[in-house]
Amino acid sequence: MHIAEGFLPVAHCVAWYAVSTPFVIHGARKVIQEAKAHPESRLLLAAAGAFTFVLSSIKLPSVTGSSSHPTGTGLGAVLFRPPVMAFLSTIVLVFQALLLAHGGITTLGANVFSMGVAGPLVGYWFWRISNKLSWHPNVGVFLALAFADLSTYLVTSVQLGLAFPDPESGLAGSVAKFAGVFAISQVPLAIAEGILGVLVFRLLTDVAKPELERLGILRPARKEAVA
Amino acid sequence: MSRKTWTTIGLIAALVLIFGISFVVGGLHTNPDERFAGTDSVATATIQEANPDYQPWFEPFFQPESGEVESGLFALQAALGGSVLGFAIGGLWGRRRGERAGSAAGTAPEPAT
Repeated sequence: MHIAEGFLPVAHCVAWYAVSTPFVIHGARKVIQEAKAHPESRLLLAAAGAFTFVLSSIKLPSVTGSSSHPTGTGLGAVLFRPPVMAFLSTIVLVFQALLLAHGGITTLGANVFSMGVAGPLVGYWFWRISNKLSWHPNVGVFLALAFADLSTYLVTSVQLGLAFPDPESGLAGSVAKFAGVFAISQVPLAIAEGILGVLVFRLLTDVAKPELERLGILRPARKEAVA
Repeated sequence: MSRKTWTTIGLIAALVLIFGISFVVGGLHTNPDERFAGTDSVATATIQEANPDYQPWFEPFFQPESGEVESGLFALQAALGGSVLGFAIGGLWGRRRGERAGSAAGTAPEPAT
């Protein structure tokens, strides 16, 4: 999902910056607000950020014979709502753009939008739906992480398709072409990321139960009834 | 062993299985030179193939020149993230232990900071 430096036309770079900036500013405010209002959440916030930091540094092999990054943004989106992840993902992407030449400063706006805005939102929707259906929190976490990952790559495909429409098949054709590069590779990775997320979430329910209850992730009384 | 432990083992086994299968299946039908290329660079190649005239208009300020340096920097990123994650979970674990010790001693648990 890292669109390489200089690989989006100038107008697209500017447009994606314009779209992403408000989300990042709002997210930064939310992070500060949360850390100030609930100092006991700071460790969990750090854990959510660190989880994304670790996962996005790893390239994993996929069945298609290529390798790709997980995103790890679904966990933070579930714990602290999606805006927080817009800010945390920006930190990760700036680090990778400057130190690793992975992604880029010109494409940062577009990459922040796919990884930090769209992915977390989609993941969070799946968490909410799973909750509405009173599925076990672990199922919700699995769906949130898997779909945050997958949707990030689908958004990247659309972004590249918009920038480089196919001369014959047009926008739809080029989006399909880039989705062909990303999407199938990403399916096993998204499933794996979902499983890893459940493992981490189970660990967090052991060590951070009161914090998760305060955040409304676990419901103390109803949880027994559901399980 | 408890059911919880078995679930954990099952989840880890599933992870190992997914990557084992990915590795074998992914390795079977690709030629060894381009095996497990990053999808990001595949996308870049796709752009250049379809739009040979497109010139990237900006270069990274700093580019790790060798693959070794690059993997080292990726490892650094993972290490930073791993340390913070471990610290956070350790901190939460210590907080729970402190609360339990506090309530066992009959005193109110210390306010968490």
